Amino acid sequence: MLEKTLEMLAYDFMRNAFAASAIVAVLAGVVGFFLVLREQTFAGHALSHVSFAGATGAVLMGIPPFAGIIVLATLVGIGMGMLGEKLRQRDVAIGVVLAFSLGLGMLFLHFYTHFATQATTLLFGNVLGIDRTTIGTLAALAFVSLAAMGFIARPLLFASLHPELAEARAVPVKFVSVSFLVLVALAVAEATQIVGMLLVFALMVAPPAAAQLLSARFWRGLLLSVILAWLDAWGGIALAYITDWPSSFWITALGTCAYLAAFIMRGNMRTHHAA
Amino acid sequence: MSNVIVCSDLTLGFGPRVVLAGVNLAVAEGEFIGVLGPNGSGKTTLMRAILGLLPPRSGSILVFGKPPPRGNPAIGYLPQLRSRLAGLSLTGRDFIAAAYGGHRFGLPLFGRAAEAAVDRALALVGAEDLAARPLAALSGGEQQRLLLAQALLGRPRLLLLDEPLISLDPPHQAAVVALVRRLQKELGFTVLFSAHELNPLLHAIDRVLYLGGGHAALGTVDEVITPAVLSRLYRTEIEVIRTHGHIFVMAGGHEVEHEAHRHAIGHSDA
Ligand SMILES: Nc1ncnc2c1ncn2[C@@H]1O[C@H](COP(=O)(O)OP(=O)(O)OP(=O)(O)O)[C@@H](O)[C@H]1O
Ligand SMILES: [Mg+2]
Repeated sequence: MLEKTLEMLAYDFMRNAFAASAIVAVLAGVVGFFLVLREQTFAGHALSHVSFAGATGAVLMGIPPFAGIIVLATLVGIGMGMLGEKLRQRDVAIGVVLAFSLGLGMLFLHFYTHFATQATTLLFGNVLGIDRTTIGTLAALAFVSLAAMGFIARPLLFASLHPELAEARAVPVKFVSVSFLVLVALAVAEATQIVGMLLVFALMVAPPAAAQLLSARFWRGLLLSVILAWLDAWGGIALAYITDWPSSFWITALGTCAYLAAFIMRGNMRTHHAA
Repeated sequence: MSNVIVCSDLTLGFGPRVVLAGVNLAVAEGEFIGVLGPNGSGKTTLMRAILGLLPPRSGSILVFGKPPPRGNPAIGYLPQLRSRLAGLSLTGRDFIAAAYGGHRFGLPLFGRAAEAAVDRALALVGAEDLAARPLAALSGGEQQRLLLAQALLGRPRLLLLDEPLISLDPPHQAAVVALVRRLQKELGFTVLFSAHELNPLLHAIDRVLYLGGGHAALGTVDEVITPAVLSRLYRTEIEVIRTHGHIFVMAGGHEVEHEAHRHAIGHSDA
C-alpha cells in the first residue's frame, strides 16, 4: 500500500493531478453546496455544456480553450442570472441554451477537423495531463472565486432560503444571484479540467447532495461537501493509477457511491428517528 | 399614542393596474389590525408598500413618521409566498439564523449574538424543539411557527403577517392568533395580520382593515363589518349575519370569505 503510494507520487504528472484535483474539489464542494441548496443544478449542468462551445470556439480562434470556457460560461451565467428565479421559464431557457451550446460546439468541431483527441479531453477530462502552469491558473482562479464566495455567502444563503423575506430586508437578491452564477461558471470551468464537461456533475453535485442528505446543519454540511468532493477526486485518481482505468470514471463512480450511501444512511436515520 | 402607519390619499398599482386608490388611514402604536378582503384586493400589495418595496403611485405612506426605506429593521415580516420552504433539508434553526444580519456581506458565521437572537425568537413562539429538525420534516403549522419566530428576529416594532393562517386547521389557526395576540400584549408591537376569514381573528383584533374594489375601510368590527361598508367594497349586495359569536359575510346566499379562502388554497398549491 505505502509502496504503491510512494511509487504513484514519484511521478510528476500524478503529483500534478493530485494538486489540481484538490484545488478544484474544494471550489466545487463549496459552490456546488449552494448550487444544490438553491436547486440550480440544472443551470450548473447547462454551464458545463456551454463550456464545450467555449473551448471549441477558442481553439478555432487560436486562444487557449480554458480561456474560452471561462469567458463564455461567465457570460451565459450572467444571462441566466438576469433571467430571474421564475423556475418554469428559467429551466426551459436554460435547456435551450444547453442544446444550442452543444450544437455550436459540434459546428466548431466540424471546422476544426484535427480535433478528435482534444474533444475527448474536453468531454471527459484528462487530469493526468495537467501541467504546473495550469495548476497555477487553477489555484489563482479558485482563490479569487472562494474569496468572492465568502463575500456573498451570507446574503446568498438568506436569499436562497427565503427570497421573499430577503427582498424585504433589502438584500440585493439579483446582484447576489447573478454573482453566484458567475462563480458557478468559474467552478464549472475548473471542474472541466479535471473530469471534463460531461462529468462536472460528479464533482459539483454528487458530493454536496450527499452532504446535504447527511447533515441538516449549514456549516457541517458545507464542510462535509468539501471533504467528500476532495476524497472523491483523490480516490478517483488513485484508483485510476491502480486499475489503469480512466480517472473520470472513478471520480463519477465514487461520487455516485457517496450519494447512494448518503441516501441509504439518511433513510436509516429517519427510521431510527421515527422509532 | 403615536401613529405607526399613516396613509394619505395613497394609490398603489402595477403598470396600468390600480390596486388601491385614495386610501386614507392611520394605525396607532400597539394596535392589532386584522387585514381582510377578497383575493386580489391588495392585502399583500399594501404590506409591500409598508415595507418600502412598492413606491406609492400617488399620495403618501408614512411608517414611523417617514416614507418607508427598504429593509426597515423595525418591521418584522412573514411573507405570504415562501417559495423555497417546502423542500429544505436544513434545520429550522439555520433557516432562521440565515435571516439574522442576512443583508450584510461576508460569511454567515452565526456568532454568539445571532445564536442569542435566534434562541430568543424560538422561545417566544415555543419552537425550541422544532428548530433542530429539518424544515422539510415539519408540518405546515410547525413551519408557520418557525416563520413567525423569523419575523420576530431583531425585535420589530411592527409585525406584518401575510396570511399566517393559510392551510392551517381551525384549532391551529386559533393557536397562531392567540400566540400573536399574547406576544403583542407582552412586547407591545403593532400587528397587521392578513387573513381570508374574519372569525378566527374576531376576538384578538383591535380593529379591522377591510380591502376591496380598490378601497379600504378601517374601523372596529362593528363599524366595518356592516352591509353598507362591505357592499361598497365588494360592489355587490352584502348581508352580514351574526350567530354564536361568529360573523358571516354573505353575498347572494354564499359566504364570500369561504369562497375566497378555497380560492387562495388552490392558488398557493399551483
Ligand atoms: N408584481 C405584480 N405585477 C402586476 N400585478 C400584480 C403584482 N402583484 C400583484 N398584482 C396585482 O395586484 C392585485 C392585488 O394583489 P395582492 O397580492 O395584493 O392581493 P391580495 O389581497 O394579497 O390577494 P390574496 O388574498 O390572493 O393574497 C392583484 O390583482 C394582482 O393581480
Ligand atoms: Mg396576498
